[in-house]
Amino acid sequence: MIQETQASQPLDYWSMAFVFLLSTFIGIGVIRRVSRLLHTPLMSITNAISAIAVVGSLMVTGSDYPPAIRVMGAVALFASMTNIVSGFLITQRMLKMFKTPRDGEPR
Amino acid sequence: MIGAIVQLSYLVAAALFVFSLHWMNDPKTARHAVAAGVAAMALAVGATWIQPVVVHHGWIIIAIVAGFVVGVPLSRVPLTAVPQRTALSHAFGGLAAGLVGAAEFYLWYGHHPENLTPFRVTALVIEIILGFLTFTGSLMAAGKLQEMKWIPQRPVTFRGQNFLNIGLLVVAAAIGIALVAHPTAEWAPRLFPVIIGLSLLFGVMLIIPIGGADMPTVISILNAYAGLSAVAMGFVLDNKLLITAGALDGSSGLILSVIMCRAMNRSFANVLFGAFGQVQAAKRLGEGKEYKSETIEGAAQVLEQAALVVIVPGYGMAVAQAQHKVRELYDQLRKRGITVKFAIHPVAGRMPGHMNVLLAEADIPYTDLTEMGDINPDMPQCDVALVVGANDVVNPVARYDKSSPIYGMPIIDVDKAKTVFAIKRSKNPGFAGIDNELYFQDKTWMLFGDAKKVIGDLVKQLGDQGGGH
Repeated sequence: MIQETQASQPLDYWSMAFVFLLSTFIGIGVIRRVSRLLHTPLMSITNAISAIAVVGSLMVTGSDYPPAIRVMGAVALFASMTNIVSGFLITQRMLKMFKTPRDGEPR
Repeated sequence: MIGAIVQLSYLVAAALFVFSLHWMNDPKTARHAVAAGVAAMALAVGATWIQPVVVHHGWIIIAIVAGFVVGVPLSRVPLTAVPQRTALSHAFGGLAAGLVGAAEFYLWYGHHPENLTPFRVTALVIEIILGFLTFTGSLMAAGKLQEMKWIPQRPVTFRGQNFLNIGLLVVAAAIGIALVAHPTAEWAPRLFPVIIGLSLLFGVMLIIPIGGADMPTVISILNAYAGLSAVAMGFVLDNKLLITAGALDGSSGLILSVIMCRAMNRSFANVLFGAFGQVQAAKRLGEGKEYKSETIEGAAQVLEQAALVVIVPGYGMAVAQAQHKVRELYDQLRKRGITVKFAIHPVAGRMPGHMNVLLAEADIPYTDLTEMGDINPDMPQCDVALVVGANDVVNPVARYDKSSPIYGMPIIDVDKAKTVFAIKRSKNPGFAGIDNELYFQDKTWMLFGDAKKVIGDLVKQLGDQGGGH
């Protein structure tokens, strides 16, 4: 993708700006409705989601670039993967703890 | 063809991310959220990996395995340590964005200078500044939360601090503008590390004046920065999935920050530039007034007579690891037909929602965890309010004393309950250094001691009294 977007094919800045604007509105709309009970798990799941930087890291690490540049990519890939793995796992772990009285033993 | 598959996968992944966050609106559907998120991420990684430009696989596999090796233990930390873990993962997110930005810059400078358009370089500079300041800022926050010895816990302030901080940022931005104007200049690769250095320094400087009580807000703001750095990366790489996911994360951080700020009646600027602990010498309300303390036996008797008990947990409960004892107390009271509710202030604890997670871990049904706004109208009917390690969030001074640093902060109306028991480790004032008027009310009785021990003793006392059941 990096190589596809050469100067001959100008970037579509405006559609990127639209995507950013609309995603932000969707994000605000969706997250306002998140239960306050779940704000800690929300933060860990958004951590994992923002590790989408994995996409950029993976391309830099795996492309035919000079080793020094690929090393930076590999460290970034490691950092993103750590966030993905620990973010989703800990979210799952926390969500399992939220029970109603019916879920547990009868009280 | 592959290009279309990749874009389609990204599109589906973006939709799944939105669903994932949507499902977080209710604990009942929240478990789908993780499944959707994992599926989206797997699609994104897979689609990126199959692209023909990706030709080296060894390092990718090593980095992914290393991510699992570090990530799995990080997901098993005790729940009291979740704020630190969250801060640490913001640091990793910032580092990843910063490193990819730096890699792209040097790559294009050396091999494809035509790619360094003004738009791209602007996005790159933003990505670098946000990424690296989030990196060191979050590391500092994690260190403070972990109570590392070499990081001062108390806010560190000095004259000209804000001037210096803003100066650092202005210099970094000025260099950034120079780079945008002349991205292929001979000096560009030498100035680039200066921006990185300034951003790293700015991140540290941003966090040192911030104290523990402001951590929920600061973590939320760093969350937003980490998301925005991913957005900037998306602009640099022309990748709409990065922009979408980053924007979702950024808006989440933004909303949480707003909620936290409102819950403390403070502005963003005030949190970041107005060191809390330093505010002023606290007014001593306590002069001439005395705490009244109550015995365990007496408190247990009053609790037994109650119809509605409201427990107000604070960070002190987490420090004392008292949540499991609190649950035993909850069970003892419920056994007697007493209604027990938990009143959770938005900024109780060290990150948004911290108390809810700790109490859920102790097996307290989430249906009994109530928000401040929902419980306050019921407080006059409350027979006993039990304050466990909370302080500023129940201080009535916030309602009327304009000179108080917590003036205007919405509080849980514990003072309207018929009887108040407050568990407190010592007679020292709370984090903000403010005496709590609540403790000197006629109907307030103090239970001095470690929260875990005091509640354990209460449970034992109630267990003995209720032996006939």
